[in-house]
Amino acid sequence: MNFLATIGAVVLAFFGHLGRLTIFTATAVSHCVRPPFYPRHILRQMIDIGYYSLPVVGLTAIFSGMVLALQSYTGFARFSAESAIANVVVISLTRELGPVLAGLMVAGRIGASMAAEIGTMRVTEQIDALTTLSTNPFKYLVAPRLIAGLLMLPVLVLVADIIGVFGGYMVAVYKLDFNAGIYLSNTISFLEPLDVISGLVKASAFGFIIALMGCYSGYHSKGGAQGVGAATTNAVVSSSILILTVNYVITELFFGT
Amino acid sequence: MTEVPKIRLTDVRKSFGAKKVLDGITLDVAKAESVVIIGGSGTGKSVLLKCILGILLADSGAIEVDGENVTHLRAAQREAANKKFGMLFQGGALFDSLPVWENVAFGLIQGEHMNRKDAKHRAIETLAKVGLTADVAELSPSELSGGMQKRVGLARAIAGAPEIVFFDEPTTGLDPIMGDVINDLIVSCVRNQGITALSITHDMASAKKIGDRIAMLYQGKLIWIGDAKSVDASDNEYVDQFVHGRAEGPIKMQVRR
Repeated sequence: MNFLATIGAVVLAFFGHLGRLTIFTATAVSHCVRPPFYPRHILRQMIDIGYYSLPVVGLTAIFSGMVLALQSYTGFARFSAESAIANVVVISLTRELGPVLAGLMVAGRIGASMAAEIGTMRVTEQIDALTTLSTNPFKYLVAPRLIAGLLMLPVLVLVADIIGVFGGYMVAVYKLDFNAGIYLSNTISFLEPLDVISGLVKASAFGFIIALMGCYSGYHSKGGAQGVGAATTNAVVSSSILILTVNYVITELFFGT
Repeated sequence: MTEVPKIRLTDVRKSFGAKKVLDGITLDVAKAESVVIIGGSGTGKSVLLKCILGILLADSGAIEVDGENVTHLRAAQREAANKKFGMLFQGGALFDSLPVWENVAFGLIQGEHMNRKDAKHRAIETLAKVGLTADVAELSPSELSGGMQKRVGLARAIAGAPEIVFFDEPTTGLDPIMGDVINDLIVSCVRNQGITALSITHDMASAKKIGDRIAMLYQGKLIWIGDAKSVDASDNEYVDQFVHGRAEGPIKMQVRR
């Protein structure tokens, strides 16, 4: 009986959580499209998410591109298919690795920071103070972060794509002695606009997910330092899982047969 | 014709799960009157203030401000209704991402859309009213002592010239002298500006100094309401025990030995 009760409690908690998240998402989105807007806050969040995440995303991308070129070479050389390396690097990066790795890195950096900041504001009554000052916390705190996440992740991913391809180029040309002109020509000729567009659509979705889960976890945090810590963990774990799930769904929509 | 009370609570109830926190609260607060609610920790004093402000929704009963029912307002109506209120939070609840002046001017900039230059000027004037000099204006809240944070919180509460101010434990965590300074500031702000005040506190010296009337909350009910001067001779054994801070009496603390 206790076992059944435990399962029941878990199921109820899950649906309760899902309901709260749905209401939170609908409220947040409705505030993103209705004035007043807070341009200063949106700009600040865009700088936080875009500019300050550039080093970590850039480093991830360049090493991913380098490893991809190296690993592809060791595999393809057995079949004398080295000329496909440029193709593999550019397609893998633009379609998958660029958006997913950037998404996961930004989830760790920005999702955690949003959850911690908003969670601390919740437990120190700063969010209640906003309400008493006739300021809607969704408009002031959540909407700018969602808008900034939605807009800046594609920019980050575009930069990551370029840096990643450059990483692959460096390994191919300077380590594996490929002809620079032919490598670049292969890269450009194999690349289709849809490869880049699908990556950017994924990036927008990931940016929205990261900001949403960061804000949601922080907004609903309880207690003191422990509650804020739990909110931070929840934000990173839930946004990472959602990124991987949504990545499959979008891939299926764009490239599924 | 009798004057409409500034705040009227009629049979307000609020529960969290099976726990009844407010169990039929009925109270009138007249214009320019200062009412203090006393009661032990966890008796629902803060919940009552949050229900009036719409931060929490009352389960049943009616909350009226200037004769208008504000119990279940929509978000936009709530923002408008809250323009009448100011609140001093127990922990200050200052926005740590903003300098002191912007904390004080927050309601003016966000709520009243005052330009930043004028808002800063008004913030510095308001800081002067609570005994803080202009050089404090540029500091961050984390650079202030507890007493100074309370003063900044008080300045923020009164900066928008609200008709009603709530004080949540205004002297908690302060030394007796600083506590009395805050009490004097509250009295002068409330009396000079004709503000209606609703305060909650454990501090009897503070309650007697800042209140015209005192009400005691116990087990979700207001068990005594009377003139602040008569609280020492209330003829109510619960009030008597609380006022004199005795461990023995009808109020039993849940202590495990």
